[in-house]
Amino acid sequence: MRTVTVVGASLAGLYAARELRAQGFDGRLVVVGDESHEPYDRPPLSKEFLTGRADEADLALTDAGELAGLDARWLLGVRARGLDARGRTVLLDDGRTVSTDGVVVATGAAARHLAGGPRAGVHTLRSLDDARALRAELTRGPCRVVVVGGGFVGAETASSCAALGHDVTVVEAAATPLVPQLGAELAVVCATLHRRAGVRLLTGVSVAGLRGTTAVTCVALTDGRTLPADVVVVGIGAVPNTAWLAGSPLLLNDGVLCDDGCVSALPQVVAVGDVARAGGLRAEHWTSATSQPRAAVRNLLAGRTVRSARSVPYFWSDQYGSRVQFAGRRRDGDTVRVEEGTIADGVPEGGGFLARYERAGRTTAVLAVDRPRSFMRARRELAAQTTGTPATAGGPRPGAT
Amino acid sequence: MIPVCRLEDLPKGESARVATNPPIAVFHTDDGGLYAVDDTCSHQDASLSEGWLEGCLIECPLHAASFDLRTGLPTCLPARRPVRTHRVSVEDGLVHVHVAAEEGSAA
Repeated sequence: MRTVTVVGASLAGLYAARELRAQGFDGRLVVVGDESHEPYDRPPLSKEFLTGRADEADLALTDAGELAGLDARWLLGVRARGLDARGRTVLLDDGRTVSTDGVVVATGAAARHLAGGPRAGVHTLRSLDDARALRAELTRGPCRVVVVGGGFVGAETASSCAALGHDVTVVEAAATPLVPQLGAELAVVCATLHRRAGVRLLTGVSVAGLRGTTAVTCVALTDGRTLPADVVVVGIGAVPNTAWLAGSPLLLNDGVLCDDGCVSALPQVVAVGDVARAGGLRAEHWTSATSQPRAAVRNLLAGRTVRSARSVPYFWSDQYGSRVQFAGRRRDGDTVRVEEGTIADGVPEGGGFLARYERAGRTTAVLAVDRPRSFMRARRELAAQTTGTPATAGGPRPGAT
Repeated sequence: MIPVCRLEDLPKGESARVATNPPIAVFHTDDGGLYAVDDTCSHQDASLSEGWLEGCLIECPLHAASFDLRTGLPTCLPARRPVRTHRVSVEDGLVHVHVAAEEGSAA
């Protein structure tokens, strides 16, 4: 393999570039990124960056020394718009083409928007540019913020806005936020974090529309209520950036379909991070983006799947001064057992808690609030339990020949 | 020199957090060594005293960055910068930390 092109210059793309060099690839390395910024870390955007505890320099994932060592050609601020039928040419938005022998797809996901055109005061929070714009508005003085969506981005943003002294309301369509991630029983517990911090949480109601001619003035809800708003932050999920691959031989279905070694329908194309549906699972987790590239690059260089990228899913969230950590693969119907701490009437008592999700006597997942040490032990146990079982493809193995 | 705790209150494999500014983590390794480093991971805000201690390596509880307690150097990503190390002594059964001078200070 003489040239490898990494499409995507964020966390997963950078880790893929590192792995390529670490695993001995000494050919031409091209990295394409649609943002003009060098790789930066996204998790702090909704937290430390928004509250001003971190600045842009703190977000940098790499530095000049490492970049020189990677010896890659960085094409930043340009979007890939296609992959040819053989998977050997990446077409760029500006008309250029990159001929390549291998491709790492690391194009990530894009924030979902509400219907309707752009309006001043309405934000999503996915990129550094998004965060800059939102931070600029939030530092102009106290305002009324409506956060649409009570998922992790929504909750963290609401938490940061509250810490900055703004009046915050979160609107969540489901009866309780985070049920798909945490299950109903513990999602209720995490929802109390909002209320405890004085943030209004409206559930079971959706946004009917935004009002205001040039700038947003209020949010109209489906139950007829209206919420006055100076700033609206839309955190209703993300969609994988696969549009540029339409017409390529890759199989797409809410992500690039890959085997559990991140290998796509073409053996010389692998996918990593938010855009990859590996072994039937697409996880928008920081940890997946940093761990998948090792196996994906190994398989890319080997020309076939020799290693599984399967690992125990892990994510964390910092909100309202609490650290929420989750690891494992929970399924509906798992029994929840609180192992440490106390939850009384759905509210965690001081000091946090650690809970296990169990099925047939085995731990399937673990959730902790402010119990990092116990959580770490439990997470390692889960990992040991997982590697003890054979790693097989958990989903379709699309057209691999 | 800051007193931390009695040695018997810091068994092997355990850690203690000292609420200095910045905070310091003191570790008692399985082979009996005592080490102290800055408690906050050089990558992002997490307490190394709550991490996973294995030999002379401490793994951060948030993103699994790992540091060598002897040198403070990161042994793997995502950490790229070292944490400061501090000398530890035991006097009359009491564990003490000798805080390293801040970079650039006259000391």
